[in-house]
Amino acid sequence: MTGSDQAPATLPRRYVRRFGRTERGLHWIHATAFFVLLGTGLALWLPELSARVGNRVLVKDVHVWTAVAWAAAIVLVVALGDRRALRAAWREIEAIGRDDRRWLTGHRAPQGRFNAGQKLNAIVTAAFALLFAISGVLLWLSARDSRFRWEGPIVVHDTLTILSVLLLVGHLYLAVVHPTTRHALRGMTLGDVREDWARKHHPEWSGEPSPPDAQVASTTAADPEPERAAS
Amino acid sequence: MNDRVVGRAAFLGILGAGLAGLAWGKQVSAFAGRFVPDQLEVVLPTKGWRIFTIRGIPRIDLARYRLRVTGLVERPLSLSLADLRSLPQVEQVSDFHCVTGWSVYDVQWRGIRFDDLLAEAGLKPEARWLRFISAEAPYVDTLSLEQARFPDAMLALDMDGKPLSKPHGSPARVVMPQMYGYKNVKWVTTIEVRSDFVPGYWETHGYDSDAWIGRSNFFIQEKTSDLYRRGKE
Repeated sequence: MTGSDQAPATLPRRYVRRFGRTERGLHWIHATAFFVLLGTGLALWLPELSARVGNRVLVKDVHVWTAVAWAAAIVLVVALGDRRALRAAWREIEAIGRDDRRWLTGHRAPQGRFNAGQKLNAIVTAAFALLFAISGVLLWLSARDSRFRWEGPIVVHDTLTILSVLLLVGHLYLAVVHPTTRHALRGMTLGDVREDWARKHHPEWSGEPSPPDAQVASTTAADPEPERAAS
Repeated sequence: MNDRVVGRAAFLGILGAGLAGLAWGKQVSAFAGRFVPDQLEVVLPTKGWRIFTIRGIPRIDLARYRLRVTGLVERPLSLSLADLRSLPQVEQVSDFHCVTGWSVYDVQWRGIRFDDLLAEAGLKPEARWLRFISAEAPYVDTLSLEQARFPDAMLALDMDGKPLSKPHGSPARVVMPQMYGYKNVKWVTTIEVRSDFVPGYWETHGYDSDAWIGRSNFFIQEKTSDLYRRGKE
């Protein structure tokens, strides 16, 4: 996809809402925990690093407790946040239609709020998170009690690490570097994206316009959308 | 919406593959491992070995290295690498099991039986335990004399046909195949012969002193029986 992503300079930029606080919260909890877990995990795992780790017991504790905090935070966000928005997002993510399949095979096809690549990324990330958690609990158990000693969880946890680093590299490239997609980062930080960008890259999606005052104060993370808190 | 079936199937498919990996991961990785180039071993633990240290790999000058045998012996020893190599060398193939779940099979070791080493020093009658002190302080571990005399226990100098590499405990490490890896002290600098038992590094962190493979470190059972006992009191 080529062409200018710049809105005409004379018109005020209009923004549409892409993610609410719950969705963004979930994303950033996941992202933060992933980096801590990856850093401590690599320090424990890679021969070149693990041989240099000064205090294996401490690194292991940080890794395990970060995982516990991650799981607790996810549960908390889902319990207290806007579950309707999460369900709606997941419904959209799961719906991989004809246009999505055409898009994935390199054809031009109109995309909704999520393009097919974003849908696949979300699906793979969710499945990996669950598998990381399951294999991680089994690893913890097997090191604690020899009757649960078992090589399967090690292989799964290792393989997931390699695959999710590859996924992360692609994700970071598209979110931060690639010119036509990096505007999406604004949607995940501030919640809204430029209307012209949305229309161009996500024509099948008609997002609610962001209230004008939120556009003026676009640097604040305050979310004017009423949150549907759990009753 | 019918399209959702596709996404749901993708999610469940990945999940299913992962769960299958829990069951057959060992076989799959053993198969896949054949196609992984050896050079990758430095970066990724592809050959099964993982290098766990508590303070990092110690630096040892092999020219100045001495293995000291001290404590309850008639003649304390201070042996250079050449001295160690001049003692009777034996070879064996045995498996290595880490308590955290990974194993390496058919490792070829070459080294010295503890009896041959201890014969040089001469044991005093009250000698009962061998305490192995690693250059990676404060890593220590203890074997009973009886355990050290197992036919497959040794102080290894070579692994898979080559002198031990630094990550694997160069120049000398304990090999105790019937027990978990944490009993296999690497970078041994001192063997202290004692009459009393002193717990090793991981034993002070809750692991069993007798680390029999498949028969030790049943923590959950111990915990529950502790609770049961406390409940009865």
